[in-house]
Amino acid sequence: MALQRLFYMPKLLLLGDEAIAQGALDAGLSGIYAYPGTPSTEITEYVQKSKYARANGIHSQWSTNEKTAMEAALGMSYAGKRAMVCMKHVGLNVAADPFVNSAITGANGGLIVVAADDPSMHSSQNEQDSRFFGKFALIPILEPSSQQEAYDMVHYGFDLSEKYLVPVLLRITTRMAHSRAGVVRREVRNQNEAHLPSDLRQFVLLPAIARRRYKHLLNNYPHFGTESEESPFNEYIDSHHRSKGIIVCGLAYNYLMENYPEGKVPYPVLRIGQYPLPRNLVEKMADECDEILVVEDGYPMVEELLKGYLGVGLKIRGRLDGTIPRDGELNPNIMAVALGLEDTYGLPVPSLMVGRPPMLCSGCPHIDSYGALNEALSILPKGRVFSDIGCYTLGALHPYEAINSCVDMGASITMAKGAADAGLVPAVAVIGDSTFTHSGMTGLLDAVIEKSPITVLILDNATTAMTGGQESAAMGRLEDICKGLGVEEEHIRVIRPLKKNHEEFVSILEEELAYQGVSVIIPRRECIVAIDKRMRDKFKNTKTVAS
Amino acid sequence: MKKDIILAGVGGQGILSIAAVIGYTALEQGMFLKQSEVHGMSQRGGDVMSNLRISDNEIASDLIPFGKADLIIAVEPLESLRYLPYLSKQGWLISSSTPFNNIPNYPDIREVLDAIREIPQHLLLDTETMAKEAGSVKAANIVILGASAPFLGMEFGLLEDAIRFIFNKKGDRVVDLNLRALNAGKEFADLHQHN
Repeated sequence: MALQRLFYMPKLLLLGDEAIAQGALDAGLSGIYAYPGTPSTEITEYVQKSKYARANGIHSQWSTNEKTAMEAALGMSYAGKRAMVCMKHVGLNVAADPFVNSAITGANGGLIVVAADDPSMHSSQNEQDSRFFGKFALIPILEPSSQQEAYDMVHYGFDLSEKYLVPVLLRITTRMAHSRAGVVRREVRNQNEAHLPSDLRQFVLLPAIARRRYKHLLNNYPHFGTESEESPFNEYIDSHHRSKGIIVCGLAYNYLMENYPEGKVPYPVLRIGQYPLPRNLVEKMADECDEILVVEDGYPMVEELLKGYLGVGLKIRGRLDGTIPRDGELNPNIMAVALGLEDTYGLPVPSLMVGRPPMLCSGCPHIDSYGALNEALSILPKGRVFSDIGCYTLGALHPYEAINSCVDMGASITMAKGAADAGLVPAVAVIGDSTFTHSGMTGLLDAVIEKSPITVLILDNATTAMTGGQESAAMGRLEDICKGLGVEEEHIRVIRPLKKNHEEFVSILEEELAYQGVSVIIPRRECIVAIDKRMRDKFKNTKTVAS
Repeated sequence: MKKDIILAGVGGQGILSIAAVIGYTALEQGMFLKQSEVHGMSQRGGDVMSNLRISDNEIASDLIPFGKADLIIAVEPLESLRYLPYLSKQGWLISSSTPFNNIPNYPDIREVLDAIREIPQHLLLDTETMAKEAGSVKAANIVILGASAPFLGMEFGLLEDAIRFIFNKKGDRVVDLNLRALNAGKEFADLHQHN
């Protein structure tokens, strides 16, 4: 963000995320809805920090999870205004219910869903490819290959959405989201006036209406294809050497061009930035080339589509036949090898090299919590701690080695309950405050209803830490939520996780582990990085002495 | 002219500030720029790396190909070695000699420094001492930047202008401290790059 303020010249230097946010502000956005998730977090943060957004009443408060974000955005779209929803790839799993159905209800005000995928799982549980979700929902997908395209695609996406009254998926990956390049802005346009859908039952998905709406979507789908065929983001660059044709999706185009510094690729190239695939251009390449190399920054979605299950007919090369590694993100060297060009190397890494994995910060409250938990559980066989997604997931590593699962948001509580159902008693769940309000509450209700013998630790560090310290929806609400869900008051225990409270903490754990019902223990101490940030913000305007 | 630079260190060591100074200078000269980084792990003491590419022409890939980096600028010695596969034959490795020892199995620092010394084109600086002499150990990253200056293909004066602009809000004392750090690094490089 600091860089963007510094380089305000005709070209802004923006992260892909920031380009999308600026694009939205300039295209008449009325609201952005999201839950923090790397690498998408910075989109919403940019809007939150924008003076223009504040001055124009643009909504940008964090949602409790991606599903509520998607639904709220759909509500804004219903009311006729432009909305954007942002999430990481697994966030789309959470938003899937309203996402898929929003294609059937349709949009009213322009609606863009931004999914930021993470090939190579730099900070995720998997590397799933959100383009499949767009295909599944039968909506247009946009995928930029540059920060400038990312900016331009927002305006274009809102127009496309309002033309067909359908949501549009904008798909990026980590290397677009967290990479800076120059972007030229275009003219700013106003937000829409509020206006309701012309059919006031369009959004009611009773089967009779849903069938009609679905047919409408199916009828539009070929038109989305035509839009792709005419799209400025799909480009066929012809060449005379047709022994192979190359299809590059999104960022893959950059890695291709990196290998031809003169700017001329000897083979025909089809650059894809908009889906459904442009049939005319794909057929042209299939007719004219002996084989096709498909390069995608994600799953082999296009490759598999063209290859077909039986792989008969035109030879399609890519991840499935080993021309490109099956998993992981792309880079210019992988592209070089796939093109039959020389691979390049620097020097080997010396054998003394060791990994430097992320760790809990020195002074982190989770360290005290794991210390107490490990001690309290030391008399029992290991393997009963189910955890969740956040900084505390690092408790799996040395020296804590305190947890045995981390699957998806909220799974800690429900897996503990399922394990207890199977006889693994006591079962322990370790979850963060923000993760708890995201998806832990419903699982806790299941446990309360069945009086499951589980002990739930809600690690309350008063923030959403791993993604950079965003506000947590749980702030000041945890005890009331637990009571409201039916957890017995005497089994809601609060402790300040500090060395001096260690004995007391272990004692509380031992009592609650013995209890044959739901216990919630809340170790509460603010994240030290969050404290540091608060202090720095507080003194931001004072001239600081060189330290 | 193009420069492909790998910036390396541990979270919190000020790699992005180095990128900001170089980036500002490049843009002031009307050059193209792409800078790629991985967020999220930096606050948790993990390794941090940034690809910084500047050029007279449009840049295609955000990522630098292996064996093509002109410079590895590292604020931590072990991290400098992690990215050796990126370094080109004509490339320079410029690193601090001060280890950031936050893992249980950090190798013997003498072996780490020896491995750096084996690279024909390298500069190894005691940035901690040099930064303290300039006024603050927190300016260690700017010392390294100064030592990289002769290899960046940019006028040194423009880098100093960038420092003044970027650290302006923090007051004159901070600006001066960083300028001293920058110059200390540059003097070291001028003295040592030809052996």
